[in-house]
Amino acid sequence: MSSGTLYDKVWDLHCVADLPGGATQLFIGLHLIHEVTSPQAFAALDDKGLPVRCPERTVATVDHIVPTISQQRPFSDPLAEEMLSTLERNCARHGITLNGLGSGRQGIVHVIAPELGLTQPGMTVACGDSHTSTHGAFGAIAFGIGTSQVRDVLASQSLAMSKLKVRRIWVGNRLTDGVFAKDLILHVIRTLGVKAGVGYAYEFAGPAIEVLSMEERMTLCNMAIEGGARCGYVNPDQITFDYLKGRAEAPAADIWDRAVTWWSSLASNDDATFDDEIRFDAAAIAPTVTWGITPGQGIGVDERVPVSEQLDPADRPIAEEAYRYMDLAPGQPIEGVPVDVCFIGSCTNGRLSDLQAAAAVARGRHVAEGIKAFVVPGSEQVARAAINEGLDQVFREAGFEWREPGCSMCLAMNPDRLEGSQISASSSNRNFKGRQGSASGRTLLMSPAMVAAAAIAGRVSDVRQLS
Amino acid sequence: MTEPIAFPQGPIGQVSGRGLVLRGDDIDTDRIIPARFLKCVSFEALGEQAFADDRKELAGEHPFDQAVHQGASILVVNDNFGCGSSREHAPQALMRWGIRAVLGVSYAEIFQGNCLALGIPCATATPDQIRALQDAVAADPTAEWTLDLQALTFSHGSTSQTISLASGSLDMLRTGQWDATGQLVARDAELNRTMAALPYLNGF
Repeated sequence: MSSGTLYDKVWDLHCVADLPGGATQLFIGLHLIHEVTSPQAFAALDDKGLPVRCPERTVATVDHIVPTISQQRPFSDPLAEEMLSTLERNCARHGITLNGLGSGRQGIVHVIAPELGLTQPGMTVACGDSHTSTHGAFGAIAFGIGTSQVRDVLASQSLAMSKLKVRRIWVGNRLTDGVFAKDLILHVIRTLGVKAGVGYAYEFAGPAIEVLSMEERMTLCNMAIEGGARCGYVNPDQITFDYLKGRAEAPAADIWDRAVTWWSSLASNDDATFDDEIRFDAAAIAPTVTWGITPGQGIGVDERVPVSEQLDPADRPIAEEAYRYMDLAPGQPIEGVPVDVCFIGSCTNGRLSDLQAAAAVARGRHVAEGIKAFVVPGSEQVARAAINEGLDQVFREAGFEWREPGCSMCLAMNPDRLEGSQISASSSNRNFKGRQGSASGRTLLMSPAMVAAAAIAGRVSDVRQLS
Repeated sequence: MTEPIAFPQGPIGQVSGRGLVLRGDDIDTDRIIPARFLKCVSFEALGEQAFADDRKELAGEHPFDQAVHQGASILVVNDNFGCGSSREHAPQALMRWGIRAVLGVSYAEIFQGNCLALGIPCATATPDQIRALQDAVAADPTAEWTLDLQALTFSHGSTSQTISLASGSLDMLRTGQWDATGQLVARDAELNRTMAALPYLNGF
């Protein structure tokens, strides 16, 4: 059993009561909601005649269904319009802050809460969205929940939870040039598999993690769930505090020093006990690309699609399914696979540094003939910052479309989607069958710089060889 | 689809009904309910849309479409079922199609929690047991099976296998306390005490 870890400390501080049945009632410090998983929760609350317990601890935005070309209201899709107007009504009725379109604070929920300073070390963060693990980058316990649990948080600002085990993912050395946090997490998932993390929180630690920026840490924790771990986290440090200082909802100057002192005390102790530990070498990781239909089916860009005999027998049936679905042959190099659509954005990789990395590749080059390439900033703030640096111009001149903020083609609940069996190079987080809006659409996950390289070449390319 | 049975309520001691086999590891929630069907403000219509893309691809041959399986209520799956998105729309779609219990090797955590919140047991057994049970269930789709949460068995006639459930969920299902809202709301004084002691709610 773990002890002395950040997870243990934050868990203990938020325990409200032991519930009959063995679960723990856990206080939720920050509850984030969006239009997709909240309407049924509000309706259930009404059915039970319950008020929202702490409206000031729930924050809303709209992200999944928003169009990224024109965000003019009403939306042309009446279902999307109904979802947003329902969220607006629910928030107004219950006194919940909604960071709506044009507010300057709207964007993907996992982009805006950190950039507004809402997400802070030592909090419990819940949201009806599996990528809530993102917020663990700050040293928070952050996890996705279902709609019944959204109802529970609204009603009681707490959840019935069972404590997880804690696995330390220790990453030595440094990532090399052209290799990003996205490659690191794809490599971890490829190595451990998509369900290794079930029942665990992942603590990411070690020299390679300590030098990552907050945005890189968010990418890393974002995809902990793709490895089965409901939450992942990084211990808070000076990089965390520097990121938070001065943000709109971060602690003000008069209490800042006390906040930092408390936050610092939460990091896992030097003598903390973990349930287990797995070590990686950052220097050995190449830009990583998925070739299949689960995020665990990844390979280095210089590798070949594995042949069935190389795989663990348990992994062979889904590999066979992936060869068929992806129309890729076992033994085929992944480099050089032609792509149709290139998507840069999402809660995994839609932040300013992601756009900077992609723009550095795109600058002075041009998207290949016949390729559709587009960039979707993760939030209005990211869009503004990118425009201030002229990144929108860099992308436009290179033949990319520059869009409005939203979840876009990560999950295609909006007009952005694959058609037929199109294949995309995507900076998002899931390559499941049909994920990007076409039942036969195909997705290759990779870093934003690798997506930009694929757009320029029209095929999967090693970004390290471009410069 | 035949007339659906009532949604789960109160203590759940056992689930009886016909079985339905869905083979394959890592079946994700995007497959259970594709994202385009999440454009709704109510779960009501989701039953018809469970596995929509897989069903379309199999043109009537998907187990959820085959006449013989209509009215089945116990889904027998393999490993890491329900991985991916946290959308409760996935268990809601299964429940509204008619599923009242799932039996498999393992589940993604959020999916399992979502099922619990609806009163749908997610029982587990070893890979070998599951393979044998899938064969047995598929061999006679008309057979009535019972998933017994007291005896912890899955059985039909002389066939019976031991099953497991996470101890927390097992107690909550048996006692009917799987709908947590009431319990959580009841402990408001304790909640206030926790809040009063949290540095970030009190100026550090």
